[in-house]
Amino acid sequence: MPAAAPRSGDAIFASVEHVNAELFTLTYGAIVRQLLTDLEEVDEVNKQLDQMGYNIGIRLIDEFLAKANVSRCVDFKETAETIAKVGFKMFLGVTASVTNWDADGTCCSIVLEDNPLVDFVELPDTCQGLYYCNVLSGVIRGALEMVSVHED
Amino acid sequence: MAAAAIYSLFIINKSGGLIYYKEYGSAGRMDTNDSLRVASLWHSMHAISQQLSPTVGCSGIELLEADAFDLHCFQSLTGTKFFVVCEPGTLHMDALLKVIYELYTDYMEMPIRCELFDLNLSQAVQKDRVALLGR
Repeated sequence: MPAAAPRSGDAIFASVEHVNAELFTLTYGAIVRQLLTDLEEVDEVNKQLDQMGYNIGIRLIDEFLAKANVSRCVDFKETAETIAKVGFKMFLGVTASVTNWDADGTCCSIVLEDNPLVDFVELPDTCQGLYYCNVLSGVIRGALEMVSVHED
Repeated sequence: MAAAAIYSLFIINKSGGLIYYKEYGSAGRMDTNDSLRVASLWHSMHAISQQLSPTVGCSGIELLEADAFDLHCFQSLTGTKFFVVCEPGTLHMDALLKVIYELYTDYMEMPIRCELFDLNLSQAVQKDRVALLGR
């Protein structure tokens, strides 16, 4: 455990400026709608969402490190826990849980019980295979890459 | 007792390129080429010091003490380096560097916000000067 206690996700979330939740959800929904109209292919949209997330993630990581006061994680398990408990809490105000660890400890699932991005969202059948929240995986990918963790 | 003063601040990215340079001292602003040169010089020295260090897990130079100045350096986990050149014996530079890091993440995401960053940065540096003068 680091000597200077890392700040809890709650404390940081309380101290930063907030955006209206509905505005956030609806804006995201509008972005995805527009991407579907422009790109038409579900796979292309997934890729674009991932790329957008990546661009956000590479900047977000510095903000996370500056505010959360965490030191380098010892192993991937700690990394996943930190993302789920501190990261998501800090930026989206929700806590995620980490499950589904594989035998090596190299693969897991991060589950969001309460995902602000998908409030009020219904996907029609034409959008089969759309990873609606793919921006989140892009963010994580970008953020981890900046601290030298390469992942799929 | 002379008031402790900050002479200049540099922010460099993980490849050694200069992101931000601000002169606070009376020496006058270094020209662009010189500031770029100083930045890459420090970046190289910092990297070399990590290799040379006898201690395991060393993350590079944090403090350089010279006759006419002290240089405090902070490196984030993403490799961005913040270093400040100040009067010898200036205290609390580490804390200042952490504050600068936070301001950087808040305001440096877009080029537009550079003015706000400048403003908040001056306030942080000013606050430091005042606090030290009051001692």
